[in-house]
Amino acid sequence: MSEPRRFEIRVRGNPSRVLEAGGGNPVVFLAGLGGLPVWPPFLDTLAQQHRVLMPSLPGFPGAIEFRHLDSYLDWVVATLELLEGLDIETVDLIASSVAGALAAEVAALAPQRIRRLVLIAPFGHFDATDPSADIWAQPPGPDSIPALACANPERWKSIWEKPEDEDPVEWGILLTRAMEAAARFLFPLGDTGVVKRLGRIRQPVLLVRGAQDRVIPASHQAVFADAVSGPTTITTLEHAGHLVELDQPDQLAREITAFLLDQQSH
Amino acid sequence: MKNMWFHLMPYKELPDDFRKQNPSVWVDINSELLDAEQVHAHYHEFLDELEYAGDVGFDAICVNEHHQNGYGLMPSPNLMAASLARRTDAPMICVMGNSLALYNPPTRVAEEFAMLDCLSGGRLIAGFPVGTPMDTVFCYGQNPSKLRERYYEAHDIVMKAWQTSETFSFNGRFNQLRYVNVWPRPLQKPHPPVWIPGGGSVETWHWCAEMDYVYCYLSYGGYKLGLATMQGFWEEMDRLGKDRNPYRAGFLQFVGVADSYKEAYDLYKEPAEYFYGRCLHVDPRWAAPAGYQTEATIRSKIKSQVALAAQGAQPGRRGLARDWDTILEEGYVVIGTPEQVAEQLTEVCTSLNVGHLMLLLQFGNMSSELTRENTTLYAEQVMPRIGALFDDQWQDHWWPTPMDNRATPKAVA
Repeated sequence: MSEPRRFEIRVRGNPSRVLEAGGGNPVVFLAGLGGLPVWPPFLDTLAQQHRVLMPSLPGFPGAIEFRHLDSYLDWVVATLELLEGLDIETVDLIASSVAGALAAEVAALAPQRIRRLVLIAPFGHFDATDPSADIWAQPPGPDSIPALACANPERWKSIWEKPEDEDPVEWGILLTRAMEAAARFLFPLGDTGVVKRLGRIRQPVLLVRGAQDRVIPASHQAVFADAVSGPTTITTLEHAGHLVELDQPDQLAREITAFLLDQQSH
Repeated sequence: MKNMWFHLMPYKELPDDFRKQNPSVWVDINSELLDAEQVHAHYHEFLDELEYAGDVGFDAICVNEHHQNGYGLMPSPNLMAASLARRTDAPMICVMGNSLALYNPPTRVAEEFAMLDCLSGGRLIAGFPVGTPMDTVFCYGQNPSKLRERYYEAHDIVMKAWQTSETFSFNGRFNQLRYVNVWPRPLQKPHPPVWIPGGGSVETWHWCAEMDYVYCYLSYGGYKLGLATMQGFWEEMDRLGKDRNPYRAGFLQFVGVADSYKEAYDLYKEPAEYFYGRCLHVDPRWAAPAGYQTEATIRSKIKSQVALAAQGAQPGRRGLARDWDTILEEGYVVIGTPEQVAEQLTEVCTSLNVGHLMLLLQFGNMSSELTRENTTLYAEQVMPRIGALFDDQWQDHWWPTPMDNRATPKAVA
């Protein structure tokens, strides 16, 4: 894994870490459940052909402050500011899991900023007859979130392994804080109403999910696909759980690269 | 000191294999286990027990709020308190309490508590819990990340509504009200005493000290577990320059009294094992939604566990005891003859420095007869032995001040 460049932008007045690697077309990645404390192998692969930037949503690892964001609108504006802060006119946006709801919202409300959109098992919808998992009501213990998030929990654990120079208490709080931040805009059901606005998305959209996703059911992917107005590609990756980017980093990077190339040629 | 009789109002018909067959007594408890005709009978028994406690001289009778819960049939403690206000005259009525963030708008709490204070002639103690994660986050769908902020804001609305004579507007982060002017206002001025139940967070201690509220440690873990928490509380009061008036604090304790220790051992075994075995069978996935605990509390808990480990102690709590001998060994329940119980409770109140002792003399599936016997023995033979504790040295500034010439309801006359 190569060392990404690191800089800070301000979002709603507070610092947010941005990690960046590669060159070429700008691709922005918003991390999902728990955020990402480090640059993941998935982005390394993607950075072989793109300029990849990973800013941190408020409360996720890399951006501590988030409790000033009260309403859902505050969160949408924060996400928009995150993209504006990168100072790139138009980006390809990839967002996973909890961040997917906000990314879809921004694509619907500020389409001029998003060229193409990739959503990996996005939150934002709830169906009582086929519900998503309650990510805030999980058994205690270090194994429960990794097992929920990944088909191979070891993938999660290797990302979240504490570096030697980090304080163990603060390292543990990174995940709790990211789970709380997600609750702040998604609790209790994860239904933000974004489906009502997906029709505004006319950009090409790639919808990805893991075949072993224990969090978001397959039917939700179909709801997103039906609601989006733009050309939509649907992909399900085998041997992957909710966080496809951790379970199948290379395959996902290939799928995304192919999608971006394909949509470029159209 | 004050002896306060507390009822949780548990459902008493949970089956023997409840723990084996059901994931939880709380939130998603199987509703097929509930027989509403039994609840009818329970409610009347429980209210009789509370009224009896008032009759035999307990300083206060206490009710509390839980939702979707097999050991607490009281989603609305205010309904029970209203009935008690009519049917009793002497005891204070402690509603422990209304989880402020669950009421929309929070002025509802200001109104209902004001009604209770007027109805009871100024006998109300107003409890303001944040509420458990089960009640607030999972049953009432409150956002765990905003719960405390909402709680503090609701508190500010209620206190302002009670104490501001003019109609006012409230423009908060979570509540916008154009015209706040609750009718009636509380009888006690400037407001009924405010008590805060807490689980041991330093922030709550600071807040109680700052606001001059009573802090109540309401745990089912008994006095041995409570000692560390209350020591922490008093050390913090020292740091904040507050006196060690024991009436700043309340503490909950299960008690069983009988004519001999052996008899108490035999009589209270079943209800205690029912409570700790079935009523406290809570699915651990409800315990700690992210955001419910503040980061400061998480840090302080981890640090205290690390400190314990450094001293060679076992970090963290041992699992909850569910068999009678361990329940007794851990001090969850205090039992014995009146002399033995009085001696132990004197030790509990002195070592924890607690002037408000909240007593669970009915717990689990304890019958009404045994509850009455326990209550009578306590009132007649324990209370006289411990009632004067602290009173030569300290004044209770946090006790209700009822009006003198209270109306006598026809039901009592």
